[in-house]
Amino acid sequence: MSATNDTIIEVKELHKHFGKVKALCGVSVSVARGSVVVIVGPSGSGKSTLLRCINHLEVETAGEVWVDGQRLNEKNKNINEIRAEIGMVFQLFNLFPHLTALQNIVLAQHIVRGRSKEEAEQVARQQLQRVGISEKADVYPGQLSGGQQQRVAIARALAMNPKIMLFDEPTSALDPEMIKEVLDVMLDLAKEGMTMVVVTHEMGFARAAADRAIFMDQGLIVEEGTPDQLFIQPVQERTKLFLSQILKH
Amino acid sequence: MAVDPVSRGTERGAISLEQRPDPLTGKLYAVPWWLLAVMGVLIWAWYFIFSEMSYRDAFEFIIQGIWITVVTTLSAYGIAMVIGLVMGLGRVSRNVVFRNIARFYVEVVRGIPMLVLIFYVAFVAVVDFAGLLGLDGRDIPMNIRAIIALAITYGAFSAEIFRAGIQSIGSGQMEAARSLGMSYGQAMRYIILPQAIRNVLPALANDFVAMLKDSSLVSVLAVRDITQVARLHAGSTFRFRESYTILAVLYLSMTLLLSAGVQLLERRLHVGHK
Repeated sequence: MSATNDTIIEVKELHKHFGKVKALCGVSVSVARGSVVVIVGPSGSGKSTLLRCINHLEVETAGEVWVDGQRLNEKNKNINEIRAEIGMVFQLFNLFPHLTALQNIVLAQHIVRGRSKEEAEQVARQQLQRVGISEKADVYPGQLSGGQQQRVAIARALAMNPKIMLFDEPTSALDPEMIKEVLDVMLDLAKEGMTMVVVTHEMGFARAAADRAIFMDQGLIVEEGTPDQLFIQPVQERTKLFLSQILKH
Repeated sequence: MAVDPVSRGTERGAISLEQRPDPLTGKLYAVPWWLLAVMGVLIWAWYFIFSEMSYRDAFEFIIQGIWITVVTTLSAYGIAMVIGLVMGLGRVSRNVVFRNIARFYVEVVRGIPMLVLIFYVAFVAVVDFAGLLGLDGRDIPMNIRAIIALAITYGAFSAEIFRAGIQSIGSGQMEAARSLGMSYGQAMRYIILPQAIRNVLPALANDFVAMLKDSSLVSVLAVRDITQVARLHAGSTFRFRESYTILAVLYLSMTLLLSAGVQLLERRLHVGHK
């Protein structure tokens, strides 16, 4: 987790409006290559929107997003190439239900990366093994548990050899007993030096893996620091209030 | 089982069903009488057709049109599927021009009675279009014009089916595909359409049954399908009863067979989804 000064994601004064709703009101973040950033905040705070702006699933209203030295904008013809470098893991997994676990992982490698079917399949099997479910290669997503589906989704993203991984509340839709199996995969990934931006409320994961934690509310960054600073000695009242609410349970 | 307050009103009905004293009545209740009745009518009609001389003559005459009916239905349906897929993609496209062309086509076609549309396409649109290509519209046979007219009509119906199918797939699928670097076209082709088409397969199959019935409209263009041939037979022999009974029985037999096929398809898809 050696955070260098080499910046891979640079978000400058980002605004995103959905009609009258202002999801982001001027957010600036920079993420160093190889670092792990955790974003927390109440629902509607704009944390998912920020994440989705980083791979242009949402197009910013104003401001700039730079990924690995390239500015993302609407006219960007090579947005698909940039996205291929950014893996994304969703809250609801979003596996392709008509394809087996293996095919889910093979498809984009083949048609986006241009790898041969054989090579893509080999990579897919390696990734399945890495997330600990190589025996489920030929099973359809509908027959997998939530935790297994999410691990296939992570394997699918990793198979593209991305430079960055974005996680949008990856454990929020999981039954409690399955959360650990997904977090373990994410922890390993962090140890290997993957650049990760993670929206999550898993404090344990944040403190074990993150270099930096960001608290967002109402479309703004309220406070940021190391996970220990933010979670144990928050400065802002809003941060304290939020933490007291999620730690009550 | 908890009693839902809303359904409480129907409870009494449910009890009286359970209290039916005679088990035989219960079994009789479940018999699909309508199906037996339809089968009975069909068997009786087919028996008539092959035992009565006048019916058999009419049948042998009318059946000459079956080839035209089948070819017209199949080819118009095939073209309609292609038009429908393209226009259905247009309906959900973010391209303003494409989206509006698709919407225009669908609204215009659905706003005109099919019979009128068939006249219009056959006698105006096809002729004009042939003129644009430097051909003489009169050289295009009525059979072809009829197929084009039906295809244009049904293309609009199936476009709406394809649109509904595409929209039935959650946005998460498109997002996941795009986040892996797939283009919009790749995501459509490999992720959205395979799922969407599977979902609307029964609806598309029902359209085929409807197309078979509506192919009878091409008789107004003097295309010699079974309807037109039946009209000719009735007109020349004055055996209206024989001609039109056979015509109705032919359509009913074909559509019932196809509907059974659609039901089978639906059941298989349902099982497959689990």
